Amino acid sequence: MQKSLHIDPGKCTGCLQCEMACSYEHEGLFNPSKSRIRVFTFHEEGRFVPYTCTQCDEAWCMQACPVDAITVNAATGAKEVNADTCVGCKVCTIACPFGTVNYSQSTGKVVKCDLCGGDPKCAEACPTEAITYIDADATGIDRMRAWAAKTDNAASA
Amino acid sequence: MAWTKKILRVNLTDGTCTPEPLNMEWAKEYLGQRGLATRYLVEEIDPTCDALGPDNKLIMATGPLTGTMVSTGGRYSVITKSPLTGCVACSNSGGFLGNEMKNAGWDMIIFEGKSPEPVYLYLENDKAELKSAADIWGQSVWAADEALHQAHQDPQLRIAAVGRSAEAGCLFSAVVNDLHRAAGRSGVGTVMASKNLKAVAIRGTLGVGNIKDPAGFMSAVSAGKKVLAENPVTGQGLPTYGTQVLMNVINEVGALPTRNMREVQFEGAHNVSGEAMHEPRKSDGKPNLTTNAGCFGCTIACGRISSMDKGHFSVENKPQYWGNSGGLEYEAAWALGPDTGVDDLDALTYVNFLCNEDGMDPISFGSTVAAAMELFEQGAITTEHTGGVELKFGSAEALCWAAEVTAKGEGFGIDLGLGSKRLCEKYGRPELSMTVKGQEFPAYDPRGIQGMGLTYATSNRGACHLRSYTVASEILGIPEKTDPLATEGKAGLVKAFQDATAAFDSAGICVFTSFAWSLEDVAPQLDTACEGDWSVDKLAEVGERIWNMERAFNIAAGITGEQDTLPDRLRKDAAQTGPAAGRVSDLDKMLPEYYQLRGWSADGVPTAETSSRLNLPA
Repeated sequence: MQKSLHIDPGKCTGCLQCEMACSYEHEGLFNPSKSRIRVFTFHEEGRFVPYTCTQCDEAWCMQACPVDAITVNAATGAKEVNADTCVGCKVCTIACPFGTVNYSQSTGKVVKCDLCGGDPKCAEACPTEAITYIDADATGIDRMRAWAAKTDNAASA
Repeated sequence: MAWTKKILRVNLTDGTCTPEPLNMEWAKEYLGQRGLATRYLVEEIDPTCDALGPDNKLIMATGPLTGTMVSTGGRYSVITKSPLTGCVACSNSGGFLGNEMKNAGWDMIIFEGKSPEPVYLYLENDKAELKSAADIWGQSVWAADEALHQAHQDPQLRIAAVGRSAEAGCLFSAVVNDLHRAAGRSGVGTVMASKNLKAVAIRGTLGVGNIKDPAGFMSAVSAGKKVLAENPVTGQGLPTYGTQVLMNVINEVGALPTRNMREVQFEGAHNVSGEAMHEPRKSDGKPNLTTNAGCFGCTIACGRISSMDKGHFSVENKPQYWGNSGGLEYEAAWALGPDTGVDDLDALTYVNFLCNEDGMDPISFGSTVAAAMELFEQGAITTEHTGGVELKFGSAEALCWAAEVTAKGEGFGIDLGLGSKRLCEKYGRPELSMTVKGQEFPAYDPRGIQGMGLTYATSNRGACHLRSYTVASEILGIPEKTDPLATEGKAGLVKAFQDATAAFDSAGICVFTSFAWSLEDVAPQLDTACEGDWSVDKLAEVGERIWNMERAFNIAAGITGEQDTLPDRLRKDAAQTGPAAGRVSDLDKMLPEYYQLRGWSADGVPTAETSSRLNLPA
């Protein structure tokens, strides 16, 4: 069973634990500016929204890469950047409609979410379950349950 | 390690920014943030200096855990000599500035001298420069924040600034970061403005590392987060209601100071409580509270994000206040509400917005308005002074007007900006000022919570709840329940809380973790992160050392044991209602024992033996 990251912005408090966990896993430092997941604050609206790669099946980044540096991890479904192959041309950063592939000045390569090899640290660090790692075929199940709970059984009885 | 081991020294007189190594010998004795920065202050300034003169210094300091994944590890403090109290000031703030400073590679920034022209510090990793603030001087914190983000074309810039109140000399001005988090108390913002320093804008991308034992650290961090999540206060009460969970609780125990602390219970408490913030408004059906929010790294998330009723009289034609911003915390809600007798939740939210927008400590502001209302009631202040405004207890209109004029430093707002002590002296009724060492009380009446009387009287920064929050024990039963009306054992309780709190603050974490964490939980996180040996005993000793160092600074500044006292109202006028009816604060029964436990003389001076045992600065 493949899993996918599931994000519920309504539960996010904007604490950035996910950004620290991500950067620590990939860079060995607590460095939100190097995180592959980002939390955006919409101050006037009082909203916090974590955002990262959704691992598209027909991934634009993968299709666009001229040196085939982005490949699918068969176990997790993650589109992973092979840093040894990446030439830092940034075409993938242009191709991605969501902006979730980014260039790193310090390495001259691009970076994106790789699901931490199947154990995403952002989800583990999130204190409110705004980020979870769940069955890829049932990411809507909680929302379905919530709507199901609102149905009025008495009306059809 | 966890420290970056680098300090930025900014000489505002000369316009220079110079890096220097952190004194690691001191770090081993004072840890970081509050403790370590105060050590620098003690070394570098004359305690008798004019707090608003160029000889005072202002330090922004992080702790060794700031910027790490430890829950709440985003704190920084502003340390300076206070213009409000003359004591050492240390005001702690959350938000995101502390971690940004650490990510830029700095443990502390020391500001000294005074700039000839208004400036702001722009800090991008190693690049530090003072830039002209001519365009933002005279603007609010919110306007300055927006202007700096635009000028640098960098939405990720983290900014701390002072508002118009500080520029006008209001003595309780705050340093506000991230729009609505504040190093709030003791007038640290006033000192910043006195140096012609309008703002600090930081972008840090270097990361925080140098963890001594990475695997052990991550395991200690996870354990700490679990303790917070499973604790009813940090796991449920604070996320749901914020600190405002206390409004109804403290009212019920008869310790909610009301109308300038004349009474101990407020009939309108529920209307301005955490529960009320969840209730839909009659006008538009929306609740005051939009969501809770966390500061950097915080897994508690007690912060309130609120919006106002657009039709409320205070904002009817002011769309700039119709969006969401930082909402009411308990201390602010109390000072603006029960202490002024106002129970209009929207009015309190509006005034709280103004306090953030122009950098005023809402506790001192609300308490000062409360004193002004009593002066008005007694005829010492009249409509001639206020320009026609009826400054009456319970008047939401008067409260909103007072906030507007104080925020901008206009008219009678200049008088309110003096703070309660100087205001009451100016109008000939010093006994009406509810202050200790010139700083206004927070939201717990010491007649109903006896330990807080000793807390206030002995706090090194004047009346304050954050130096030893014995409410935790006396009301909430943390770590164990004590009788709020008893004085026995409170001297030891206050000392233990004071020492532990100094250690929490100096680590770079939030004191609210202490509802769930003891030093037993903090020590493993520090010990795996930092070089050296950080046991529970060592942390308690570091806390005690910091407390005594602060005390010694105050004594050298001329503030003696005679000022370890409370206003007569709290020591002589008994509470009229509630569980504490008939009681006064029995400070006299606790203070001598406290001095003895501290190893101080009968007049409150650390003995030579105590100074030597703790290796205090000479």
